[in-house]
Amino acid sequence: MKKIGENLYLVLIFVFLFLPILVLILFSFNTSSLNIIFEGFTLHWYYDLFQNSTLLESLFNTLIVAGVSTVVSTVIGTISAYGLYKYSFKGKNIVNELLYIPVVIPEIVLGISLLSVYTLLQLELGLFTLILAHICFCIPFVIISVRSVLEGIDSHISEAASDLGASRFQIFTKIIIPMLMPGILSGAQLALTLSLDDVVISYFTAGPGANTLPLQVYSMIKTGITPDVNALITIMLCFVFVLLMVSTVVQLRRLKKEVSL
Amino acid sequence: MNSKKLWKFFFICPVIIYVSLLIALPLIYILLISFFQSDYYGGMISTFTIQNYIDVFDQVYISVFLKSIFIAGITTFICILISYPFVLAISHKKPRTQKILMTLVMVPFLTNSLIRMYGWLVLLRKSGVINQVLMGLGVIQEPLSLMYNMIGIIIGMVYTLLPFMILPLYSSVSTVDPYLLEASSDLGASKMKTFFKIIVPQTLPGLFNGSLMVFTPALGYFFIVDILGGGKMMILGNLIKNQFLTARNWPFGAAISIVLVLITSLVIIAYRKLGGKMEDLGGA
Amino acid sequence: MKKVILRIEHLKKSFGNKEVIKNFDLDVYEGEFLTLLGSSGCGKTTILRAIAGLDSVSDGHIYIDGKDVTMLDPKYREVNTIFQNYALFPLMTVEENIGFGLKMKKVNKQEIKKRVQEMLELVHLQGYEKRKPKELSGGEQQRVSIARGLINNPKVLLLDEPLSALDQKLRKSMQLELKQLQKKLGITFIYVTHSQDEALTMSDRIVLLKDGVIQQVDTPVKIYEHPNSLYTAQFLGDSNLFQGIVTRVEDNYTWVKVDDATLKIVSHGWCVGDALNILLRPENIKIILKEKKENTLQGTIVDRVYDGASTNLTIRVNKKKINVMYLGNDKLYSRGQSVYITWDIEDTIVLKREAYE
Repeated sequence: MKKIGENLYLVLIFVFLFLPILVLILFSFNTSSLNIIFEGFTLHWYYDLFQNSTLLESLFNTLIVAGVSTVVSTVIGTISAYGLYKYSFKGKNIVNELLYIPVVIPEIVLGISLLSVYTLLQLELGLFTLILAHICFCIPFVIISVRSVLEGIDSHISEAASDLGASRFQIFTKIIIPMLMPGILSGAQLALTLSLDDVVISYFTAGPGANTLPLQVYSMIKTGITPDVNALITIMLCFVFVLLMVSTVVQLRRLKKEVSL
Repeated sequence: MNSKKLWKFFFICPVIIYVSLLIALPLIYILLISFFQSDYYGGMISTFTIQNYIDVFDQVYISVFLKSIFIAGITTFICILISYPFVLAISHKKPRTQKILMTLVMVPFLTNSLIRMYGWLVLLRKSGVINQVLMGLGVIQEPLSLMYNMIGIIIGMVYTLLPFMILPLYSSVSTVDPYLLEASSDLGASKMKTFFKIIVPQTLPGLFNGSLMVFTPALGYFFIVDILGGGKMMILGNLIKNQFLTARNWPFGAAISIVLVLITSLVIIAYRKLGGKMEDLGGA
Repeated sequence: MKKVILRIEHLKKSFGNKEVIKNFDLDVYEGEFLTLLGSSGCGKTTILRAIAGLDSVSDGHIYIDGKDVTMLDPKYREVNTIFQNYALFPLMTVEENIGFGLKMKKVNKQEIKKRVQEMLELVHLQGYEKRKPKELSGGEQQRVSIARGLINNPKVLLLDEPLSALDQKLRKSMQLELKQLQKKLGITFIYVTHSQDEALTMSDRIVLLKDGVIQQVDTPVKIYEHPNSLYTAQFLGDSNLFQGIVTRVEDNYTWVKVDDATLKIVSHGWCVGDALNILLRPENIKIILKEKKENTLQGTIVDRVYDGASTNLTIRVNKKKINVMYLGNDKLYSRGQSVYITWDIEDTIVLKREAYE
């Protein structure tokens, strides 16, 4: 009885979580263009989508921004996490405190501050400023993720490697990086998620030439959305879902291996 | 010795540049312009004035502050109510199932939150799916007003921020020793008692963490209020956005932002006082 | 004359304002098993890390086989280190772990494979090539780390409390195995430990350290039987301490007044009025039932502990508690019994009492 109640509750919450997405997927195959009632199956909107250069460009921008900011913030975050762990320097405590600001501050404050500084430095808003902003809020999450793995590593291991003749470069690439991989990967996944999810900061830092999918949808909500947007969202969701499946399978394998040991 | 220094330089330079240029500089600059004066053409005059902060205490803005805090508070409370039974139910599953279910929680996250709000718009509006279904089933005769009001905003906020509560609470719950729960029920404690005396105290870190991660963003998510509140409602996020992009009164917008930062700092100080650790935040 | 393989001259090391090593000098000979012994914080690990090049030194020089290596990176020193928690590379197999040093030297793959096999044989781990450290027991991990340290043919192998993570029984057998290995290979071992037991069993020489200063350097037998200070005597093994004043001196013997009794010791240049510490090891004290003419004290047995191999008695003499140890389980003595204790005059350890004691 208790089990049934629990499972029912879980199903209910998952329905709540997935409902708005499922409804968009459903309507992407709907013959009616009104997003009100499902009238019949069609792939018409997918065909339309590939004629709509504005939408395709916003998708392209979204992927570019997410891809570049994930890679850059993962690299910088990993280097920084190791630097902060291994070395001490003046002002290290301040750096450590400041790192949490993008995590806890309301996104809108970060958004308008970056906008102000871009204006101050006379940077023209566009893809570059957008990517820079995404890198800005992704780095701390990568650092936190990598650092949690670093702290579990026996500090003698890199000494042992150096004792056996490895150079600093070799220690970092052959010993440290492989050990940090779980943290780096989860940090990268987090960065990718945050970048794809962001609305607020992008809203202030993108500028007219760099419409991303959410910004495009935002402006279309006011003027009226065409169903090819549903098709686009469905395609993106499939892409993201496949990515997530792969990462979950990899993690489950690792979990299984650990259990069997 | 020289290569050692170069190496150190390589590892600490990026983070120092990042922190000073992308975190410290923007925030200091916002603080600075919050003391500037705006001219009538959307520009700024760099004189020192505290007029912007005095303006914040206008009744109109005070009511926006209160409404934002109210919405954020309600959202946090509902998220807590939903999350506890949810993570407890998940923690009763096998490790493999737990992993899969928690990944599923993350899936909607990977589509942009604004797009999901659009999904809710399709669901909630007068001619939306929910009203259509309910009327089709004959449950209601007239369509319900599910959005362009407080209900819509709260649904949107809870929906968007729920995972931020679920994730820390889940990692907290998974550290509770299952034998403790057994022992408690073995000693005749009721379910309610076990929950409040054992589970809640042991999951407080996760609860505080989640509350912080839900409460502060809720103050600023202007687009949820825009889409589901229908432009009539306003929270701090909308106010700041308008000052920067529509009214073009940057100094005043900056002053409101600084006040928002102060509110956030109070929440964080409370979180730390209650024993919360900064490194647990954002470790989802 | 034995060849000096490692020479440390005037070594100093400070952390902040705290000087942990003060002017340390030491010669280590080729092929010897040398132990740095001391309680935690005495600086023994600091010295080891300085030799390995893992930490820089504040002053002084380190020579390995005649070459000054003080400023060299660990990479360029012909020594290798065995770490306390083994520090194996967790993602590499046993084979890759052991072969790491050669791989860094860019030795060709076939040669590495051959040498790894030799090493595995040496530490009795054939067939473990493909395992990961996580899949090994503590003892097996320790063997891998030793093999990894030895494959580069170091001139000196440094071991930092390598057995401390193992359980009692395994530790005993690993002690023997390490000692045999060292003899077989003829490589110099410098072994750091806080366990007097390990130091006495394994070493050719022991260096006893206290607060960064050498107390005594000697063979285990000498350091145990002829400690040069009260600290050494009490650090290595148990002892009963009597403090007294010289009252009479003759050519061969000297008499010392201790509490109510007068003890006779061998003359060694003592003068009347000298303050002396007289130490007796528990195993050197004998229990007798009838009083002898000299060096006999009367007391009462207050405690008796039997640990399988030996029996330990606590005997109260006046107000002092004396520990006595003998092999086996002699049921003759029981609690509350009044007995006499005595000892051979050669077994007394006599040290001049320093002013600060």
